[in-house]
Amino acid sequence: MTTVATDFETIIGLEVHVHLTTASKMFCGCSADYAGAEPNTHVCPVCLGMPGTLPVINERAIEYIVMAGLALNCEIAEYSKFDRKNYPYPDLMKGYQISQYDLPICRNGWLDVEVNGERRRVRIQRVHMEEDTAKLIHRQDPVTGERYSLIDVNRSGVPLVEIVSYPDIRSPAEAREYLVKLRQILRYIGVSRANMEEGDFRCDANISLRPRGTDVLGPKVEVKNMNSFRAVFEALSFEERRQAEVLSSGGAVVQETRGWDDERKVTVPQRTKEEASDYRYFPEPDLPPLRLSREWVERIRQRLPELPDAKRERFRTFGLSEYEAGLLSEDRARADYFERLMAALEGEPSRRAKVAANWMLGEVARWLNEREAEMEAFPVPAERLAELAMLVERGTITGQVAKKVFDEMTATGEAASAIVERAGLAQISAADELRGLVRKVIEANPKAVADYRAGKEAAVKFLIGQVMRETRGRANPQLVHELLTEELQ
Amino acid sequence: MELTADQVLHIAKLARIALTPEEVERFRNQLSSILEHFAVLSEVPTEDVEPTAYPLPLENVMRTDEVAPSLPREDVLANAPEQEDGMFRVRAVLE
Ligand SMILES: [Zn+2]
Repeated sequence: MTTVATDFETIIGLEVHVHLTTASKMFCGCSADYAGAEPNTHVCPVCLGMPGTLPVINERAIEYIVMAGLALNCEIAEYSKFDRKNYPYPDLMKGYQISQYDLPICRNGWLDVEVNGERRRVRIQRVHMEEDTAKLIHRQDPVTGERYSLIDVNRSGVPLVEIVSYPDIRSPAEAREYLVKLRQILRYIGVSRANMEEGDFRCDANISLRPRGTDVLGPKVEVKNMNSFRAVFEALSFEERRQAEVLSSGGAVVQETRGWDDERKVTVPQRTKEEASDYRYFPEPDLPPLRLSREWVERIRQRLPELPDAKRERFRTFGLSEYEAGLLSEDRARADYFERLMAALEGEPSRRAKVAANWMLGEVARWLNEREAEMEAFPVPAERLAELAMLVERGTITGQVAKKVFDEMTATGEAASAIVERAGLAQISAADELRGLVRKVIEANPKAVADYRAGKEAAVKFLIGQVMRETRGRANPQLVHELLTEELQ
Repeated sequence: MELTADQVLHIAKLARIALTPEEVERFRNQLSSILEHFAVLSEVPTEDVEPTAYPLPLENVMRTDEVAPSLPREDVLANAPEQEDGMFRVRAVLE
């Protein structure tokens, strides 16, 4: 056991910033899709902070944050307003950021996370709406050595939601799980791409240690610059060890901001913006407040899709294992495909669920893994895959042949039945047709036959394999087995 | 309400304004008398008054999420004292 595990308890709170997938920015009509755009081409007088311009709230952004709040079990404020957060920094064109201070749109939510089979509830303090800042690029003159910065305003004003948890997280693994779950929910409800590598989903953490069994809070260290779930886990694990060492040797942890260095795998003290904490918030005079009627909020709630946990539980009722249901509900596109596939099959619901799950977690997963592709990229519609699955279910083709047909379908888009007919792949289930072949295989493999007669049951598998090869996988394996045993008597 | 010289310097720093010692003293006096003037407001009983965040009778002013044309980049950068690669160039800022 490490010192951390025995002597100290780890206290972690997370702040997550998420871009919303609106078409336009939060307060102006410029496109919010800044990825790949030429610098300063999604810019207008409003997001440039020109004198005399006025911001206007993007209604869809408010819908999206309310969807997020509801999905995270938050209360949605009836009355909410925007505030100015003042700080002089070149990434803010106006000299302030429009954010929310004391009346956020959502508060008091929670998210259940499960680590090592133990489920724990992480409370969410608030979910508020703000705008993103401009992007800064730092350069150095190769001749003079002078350092300078360049500003691209495209990102400035993109709708940004901040999700603040209570310090309820007790380990780096739990922090990672919380983020995975949060991202999953945001993607499910379709309000964010939530891609951490692309900066749609950013996370800062507060971490402190306290002697186990006490409830005093030690000085918090804020950790920034973590650009992947792995980085969050590694940075918090490092910080946990570092603080434990400081405390164990009788030292005191300094309250500070540290940045994660992903190459050296350490956190290092960060210089912070001067006077950064003196934001002098005040109500944004350019934006009237929001009063969200309960009817409107209820309408949004009705539009929420089924969330991953609920979906997993429902899949379990089809007779699928926890593992299968978990994998199938992980991603909304995968879950939707599974349900369409299941619906297009024939037979008892539990059988259809099993068949659909086997295809999804077998051939479809293999196809996606080989290409490192997302479900959206899978080219065969569920109804077509169902046709293939039913050919196997009805015994028209063997499982072995089905894999070949599957590869053909994904490559050409041709229907399963057409491929089977064209290539003559239908299963041979006629005993007359197979008996001659079985005899031929027996004659050609005296060694295996001898082994079988000597009591080696495994030899029969080899002989079945030979028959399958002769028929290019089309023989009904059950029937081949019967015929072989008969002929070898 | 007497402001201290340190408070004046703090405000000046937030506003990115450099002040001479004489100016600190002058603004300390002026700002103090402004605050004193407004101190009258604190005598008004406000226990039963809802805080007002916005003075006009407006709520829920929103726009539909539609993309409108942005400015041509020449216009965006027209007032920039320095530019490079289509971006505003400024003095180095710490990360
Ligand atoms: Zn704009």
